Amino acid sequence: MLSVVTFLPLLVCAVLLLLPRTLPDRAYLWIWTGTAAADLALVVALWAGFDTGEGPRYEERVRWIPSAGVGYHVGVDGLSLPLVALTCLLFLAVAVFSLRERRRVRAYVCLFLFLQTVCVGLFVALDLILFFVYFDLSIVAMFFVIAGWGHGERARAAALKFFLYTFTGSLALLLGFIGLYLAADPHTFDIVDLTRANPLAGRGTYAGLVLLAIGVGLAVKTPTVPFHTWLPPAHTDAPATGSAILAGVLLKMGTYGFVRIAMPLLPGSWRHYALVIVVVGAVSVVYGALVALAQTDFKRMIAYTSVNHMGYVVLAVGAAGTLAGTDAQARSLAVTGAVTQMVSHGLITGALFLLTGVLYDRGRTYAMDAYSGLAAHTPRFAAVTAVAAFAALGIPGFSGFIAEFQILTGSLASQTIATAVALTGIVITAALFLTALRRVFLGTPRLPDTMPAGGVADLRGTEAWPTVILLAVALVIGVAPRWLLDVIEPAGRALTGLVAR
Amino acid sequence: MNQNLTALIPELALLGAAVIGLVTGSWLPRRRQWIVAALAATACTAGLTATAVTMATGGEQTVFSASFAVDTATGIGRLIVLAALLLVIGMSVETVRNHRRETEYWVLLLMSGGGTLAMVGANDLLMLFAGYLLAGLPAYALAAFAKDARGTEAALKYYLLGALLGTTMLAGTALLYGAGHATDYAGLSKALPDAPYGPVAVGLVGVLAGLFFKIGAVPAHFWVPDVSDGALAPVAAYVTTLPKIGGLIAAYRLLHQALAGGDVNWPLLLAIVAAVTMTLGNLAAFFQTSVKRLLAYSTVSQVGYLLMAPAVATRSELAQKSLLFYLAAYTVTNLGAFAVVTELPRARALTDYRGLARSHPGLAAVLVVCLLGLVGTPPTGVFLGKLEIFSATVDGGFTWLAALAVANTVASLFYYLRWLGPLFATTGAAPAAAPAAAHAVLGRSAAVTAYAAAALSLALGIAGQAVLTLADEPLLP
Repeated sequence: MLSVVTFLPLLVCAVLLLLPRTLPDRAYLWIWTGTAAADLALVVALWAGFDTGEGPRYEERVRWIPSAGVGYHVGVDGLSLPLVALTCLLFLAVAVFSLRERRRVRAYVCLFLFLQTVCVGLFVALDLILFFVYFDLSIVAMFFVIAGWGHGERARAAALKFFLYTFTGSLALLLGFIGLYLAADPHTFDIVDLTRANPLAGRGTYAGLVLLAIGVGLAVKTPTVPFHTWLPPAHTDAPATGSAILAGVLLKMGTYGFVRIAMPLLPGSWRHYALVIVVVGAVSVVYGALVALAQTDFKRMIAYTSVNHMGYVVLAVGAAGTLAGTDAQARSLAVTGAVTQMVSHGLITGALFLLTGVLYDRGRTYAMDAYSGLAAHTPRFAAVTAVAAFAALGIPGFSGFIAEFQILTGSLASQTIATAVALTGIVITAALFLTALRRVFLGTPRLPDTMPAGGVADLRGTEAWPTVILLAVALVIGVAPRWLLDVIEPAGRALTGLVAR
Repeated sequence: MNQNLTALIPELALLGAAVIGLVTGSWLPRRRQWIVAALAATACTAGLTATAVTMATGGEQTVFSASFAVDTATGIGRLIVLAALLLVIGMSVETVRNHRRETEYWVLLLMSGGGTLAMVGANDLLMLFAGYLLAGLPAYALAAFAKDARGTEAALKYYLLGALLGTTMLAGTALLYGAGHATDYAGLSKALPDAPYGPVAVGLVGVLAGLFFKIGAVPAHFWVPDVSDGALAPVAAYVTTLPKIGGLIAAYRLLHQALAGGDVNWPLLLAIVAAVTMTLGNLAAFFQTSVKRLLAYSTVSQVGYLLMAPAVATRSELAQKSLLFYLAAYTVTNLGAFAVVTELPRARALTDYRGLARSHPGLAAVLVVCLLGLVGTPPTGVFLGKLEIFSATVDGGFTWLAALAVANTVASLFYYLRWLGPLFATTGAAPAAAPAAAHAVLGRSAAVTAYAAAALSLALGIAGQAVLTLADEPLLP
């Protein structure tokens, strides 16, 4: 079943490539939308039948390359199922948003279908090499999205930077995986077996080095300070749909790696170096918020708030590794908050990036000074953006509040100072979103000179539906979060137990 | 003494086809010399079949006073060499079609391939040297096949370096013979641990120098860029691929079988050579503008990764299968890239590849698969090869070398992407007519070869289990 969810988009992609080139662009786009909807329906069915017991569900295990210790092993638990659902929802949103795309549609659709397989595959993978394969392929596919559909020559440079940074990270990750593989007896890359065996318990420096390699690899992808410098140019020059997937799904691969691999497989070193992780998280929160505050480019600003939001996740997983001065319940709360924050950030920032695409489409620039009083021309666009901005700054009623509240509550007891520092990030984020809203939407109406003639149009159906639905889901989680938390919490408790052993 | 000739069918098929082809070719009219190419392809196929039968029926043995071993490494080595020869033949068809000396091209190719097979199975220093010469001499002639200034210069450089290091190899053989009173590996492995340190160390370095030349490792790599750039594209593909298979398997066998004991610290020597080779190859490739020179330096850096396996030959059980698998994956991937270069003879510089994704999407896809494959992106074969070889290196205690290899892999990405980037460029700075001329294709055969190589590269990554299982059997003494 999971393999069907994973490979359905790839299968459709292969079929589309075999169809004659004369097929109209609209057909490709509608087939893509249909596929994304079908995949989401499958995930909803999976969710409905999900049983929150111990261990992964819907497991499939096939021998692949046994002499290298590699197997095709997939399954979902409370940590991965929400992210799989998020991935399918975001891809559907992006598909609908792209219905008006006119540039090289065939290649565009195939690339996104391929990317969806890769993203879903990563979240269901229970084998380190399978995880790595998807991790790398996501970089390759996103490289082509940015280079092919980004904004001109600059996009190619940004794509190259993105590729080099994240590929470097992925190779560090590979080195760490090899370290785990060689330590296990018998040698294996299987995550479930490695979790059970805990092969690096009591291996001191060696375990520390493996954690360093894995940590750096995941930190580049997340990204945390100081490995975040690839993110702003990649986002600024990527197409809106690419940015939404990059921020909504690809960044989660880094943080998901922490909860899926780094914490359960290296519990001893994780506890030992928890303080380092907490500090990196707190610094990311504050630094990301401060730099975002200084931006004049709307999209770049949102990119930096991603650094801020991902910082909370890193802070939480670090705090979950600190045993002193806290209890299992607080640590489990921090982990649950971290996973909720991943989902929440995917929904809200995905919507925000799609909205920046609308802004660029209308005015051909992201510079905030170029716009003023846009609300007068485009009331619906202004309203949706305002809701998204308030959701992103963590106002109660949206998923961001639930997530950040859990993270801060769970971390406060063990890491008081870091949590207090991170709290200031919320204030700064609030300030920067309100400032941006005021500059772009309020004041005397003024439009940029780069604006194409013919006036400015408000949100169209294909632009409104995806963003509104993403925000509606964020609202539902914010108001009635139990259906989500019931899935995450048991897995969070299990993970806390694994880290504490 | 086992003199079972049927164990040597692949070698005999290549050399026999070379002789028959030479005789037949001198009577054939110029338009019908393709018959010799067909003969060469038949010989390779026969060799592949014989190898498959040998491996399936467990025909492992050593023949002729144990001077030639027919074991796992030989079996896999033969499969790689013969498949690579088929690919090289495929991509050469249009380049030499109806050439005045077409027959000679095929004959030289077959003889050099036979020599490579001899190196793969050599279990004796003298056999190894004979293989070295047989693989080398026809290759020098192939490098100058076009008879133009650049090709001649390249061939001269290739020949002089080969002759010089061949001499040191022979001198090294003599020293090892003097120290160990034997040339066969079984005898050497018994005698060398008690032999004086100096002659063994110097002799080993001498023999390895010849092998380093063959595989194009630093400091014997100077011929690689010149020959790749000066010779015909299929010949460049040949000399950057096949000799490496022979040389590396021979080096592995020598170190594993003859020098496992004793106090010469060759693992460190090999590790240092590997480190220097991968780093220099990458640094030199950075700012190349000619695609053939870029690929040449990329093959130098690939040899650096490959040398990590012989370095841990006796220290990790993973060494042998990682070497054999990486060789197979590297061979098809590198040949795929060269097949695209052959198919586009007018595109010599990186900038000539602008917009290829639009004019020839199939070839662009092959380049994406092969170049990203050479970086080691999953799911291509080289990724699995790198995974295995890095594991072997860490397992053998050279973690620093594996870390350096990872750093080099990242660095190599830069120049491969410099090539891949222009493929997808849409707005050409050059006039519209220029790319059309640069993208003129040669013919169907080279294109099919490119597709086949890319497909094999992917297949090795996804279904690599088959090769890995085969490659895991121990060597014969």
